[in-house]
Formats: sequence, structure tokens, C-alpha cells
Amino acid sequence: MTAKIKPAKGAPYARILGVGGYRPTRVVPNEEILKHIDSSDEWIRSRSGIATRHWAGPDETVAEMSLEASGKAVADAGISPDQINAVVISTVSHFKQTPSIATEIADRLGAGRAAAFDINAGCAGFGYGLTLAKGMVTEGSAEHVLVLGTERLSDLTDLTDRSTAFLFGDGAGAVVVGPSEEPGIGPSIWGSEGDKRDVIAQTVPWDAYRDGEVEKFPAIRQEGQTVFRWAVFEMAKVAQEALDAAGVGPEDLDVFIPHQANLRIVDSMVKTLRLPESVAVARDVESTGNTSAASIPLAMERMLATGQAKSGDTALVIGFGAGLVYAATVVTLP
Amino acid sequence: MAATQEEIVSGLAEIVNEIAGIPAEDVELDKSFTDDLDVDSLSMVEVVVAAEEKFNVKIPDDDVKNLKTVKDAADYILAHQG
Repeated sequence: MTAKIKPAKGAPYARILGVGGYRPTRVVPNEEILKHIDSSDEWIRSRSGIATRHWAGPDETVAEMSLEASGKAVADAGISPDQINAVVISTVSHFKQTPSIATEIADRLGAGRAAAFDINAGCAGFGYGLTLAKGMVTEGSAEHVLVLGTERLSDLTDLTDRSTAFLFGDGAGAVVVGPSEEPGIGPSIWGSEGDKRDVIAQTVPWDAYRDGEVEKFPAIRQEGQTVFRWAVFEMAKVAQEALDAAGVGPEDLDVFIPHQANLRIVDSMVKTLRLPESVAVARDVESTGNTSAASIPLAMERMLATGQAKSGDTALVIGFGAGLVYAATVVTLP
Repeated sequence: MAATQEEIVSGLAEIVNEIAGIPAEDVELDKSFTDDLDVDSLSMVEVVVAAEEKFNVKIPDDDVKNLKTVKDAADYILAHQG
């Protein structure tokens, strides 16, 4: 017989309750990058907007950075670590694949037996995690979910590649998603375009390096112009879809936090979306570089800390990157 | 109706002016986008996308790198416009 199965009881809606970030202590100016490539500070700034980035030291491992960001996010949410029921971590630069880094963070944070797993969605990882968390909270499989993006991209940077040597940074950014009486996370517009999987990618698989097929350790490379066109024009459409799906017009929007890939992409997206000047735009890439899945929560934390954004503001967030994958949604800031 | 080379150059001049702030009269057939007009590789992508809309033409990424001069772009559009 087919037994009647009792469903879980979730919260009516979900929202972001708290945010936290960790930036490594060492700030790396463009001058240091210029020791490795034939370029100039002016060239790097004009192509990317990046003036400095943070690179992790030996003690600032993926786990340590993650733990710092997580602790801050949990404290900001006003809950205790044991109230976290699931830990979702997006990273492409945690070199020990098994077990997932999420299990270590759940344990060391004090989240007890929380469900824990890693996802790989490149620079869209935060939006992917947010989408999963919203589902878990409203479906009832978790009351509070820690979503974290964490990267040590300096480990996957080819310092002799003049198109990417200056681009990447390290850091971790986390949010806690929990129950809400009002919708605090809008519909997710997410997807993949796997036919473009070679546009941003690791140079070679790990085993090619192990087997001596290449001399250089794997790094992330990309086709800059193709990424730029896709990000500025295709992702602006995705961002607009997220606004439309949430029923939020440009005049209702307070904050725009796109993935901090490159300042030129950010500025061109603002232009393509025709966002009013009243919208505060995240430009954290200038001092943080591109930190992949960590960039949106890091920028969110900084905007709230500096007063560029405030709790309760309506923000459009969009991540996009290797896959190619993307995820956009409208959120209420914690 | 398909645009003439003269109309295409004039249209490109408007686009380059809007995107890169270069005076429209500087946009001449023999000018190089990067060397003479200060249009860098990322601005070039914006110019190409604007040109696609204006002239109803598709310019794939692989072809963009071959468009060195205003004449290259005008000839490409002339040959491919829908």
C-alpha cells in the first residue's frame, strides 16, 4: 500500500538574518603583481578597477578564513552556532576534496550534527547556496542554514598570465538564512550554459599535473572578451528577470551587489540595467579583487559596515562565472 | 534597407563617441580602434554589441579580434548585415 507521508513543516518564508566576512591581513598592491608580468598599474586599474587585493598567508587556510566569516555571520544573525541545521559551502580552491570543508566548519563552529556539504558553482556559488538555503528553510529540513563562499584563488593564479595575474583575491563571506514572516529572498533566476564551459576554466585537470603532462600547477584562465560580453549583456537580462520575478522595479531597489568580477563589468551592467543613481552599487573589487563565491557576501558585509547600505534595504544580487553558471535574486539585507 | 559604408562609419562614430568619449569626427576608415582611438579590448566588446543592434548583424567573439581598424569593422558589417 502507499502510505500517506507526512511532509515537513517549514517557515512561511526565508530571509538573510546575518552576514560576516574575512579578508586576509596581507594587502597586495598592483606593484607587487608587476614583478611577474609586463603591465602597469594604470593598465590594471583601467581594465579591472583593481588597486589592491588580499592574499592569504600560510595560516589563513580555507578552513580558518571560513570559520572566521561563519562566526561573524552567526553572531550577526543573533543566534548560537548550535541553531545552525545545515552548512552549505561553495569553493573551488579547497584542495582537499574529501571530506567536504563544510563538515569541518560545522564541527568547529559548534553546529553539532548539522547537514554539511560543499558545492561547486564558481562565482555563482553564493547564489546557488542561497537558493538551496531558501528551499531548506521553507520546506522544513532546516531552520537556519549557513551559506558560505570561501576562496584562496591566489593558489590557482598563474602569476605570469598577464590577463589574470592581477584579478584574483582570497577571502570568505558567509550569511545565515533563517525563517521569516515576510518574503526576504525572491525567486531565483539561475541556470547554466555548459556549451561555454571552456570560457572560464582550470587550465588542466589535477591528474595531468600529477602525471607530469604539464609543468605548471593548474590555474584559472579565462577568455576575457567573451566573459565580458556574456557578463555585461546576458547577465543584465538575468538580473532584470530577477527584478521582474520579485516584482521589484528599479525605483524600489536600494542596493546592487553583482559578483565582484571586474569593475568594468559592474559599471557596464549598471548602465545596461539603467539603474537609477539612487541605487548604491558594490565596488568592493577595487580593494578586494575577484574572490569568486565569496565576493557577494564580502561586498554585502562591507556596504552594511560602511553605511552604503542599511538593514532592511532591498538588494539585487547576481553571481556568474565558470560553467558558465549564474544565479540572481532580490533579497532584503540583514 | 542595408546601410552603405558611409552610413556604417557614421554609425560607428556615434557608437565610439558614446562608449569611449572619442570625438565622432576622429573615427575615420584607416584608424585603429586600439592604437588611434583608445578603445581597449573591453570597450571594443561594447562597441561590437552596439553595432550588432544598430546594423542588425551578428559579430561572434572569434571575429571581433580581426576588427582592427574602422574599415575592418565597416567591411564586416557591410558583408554580414541582415
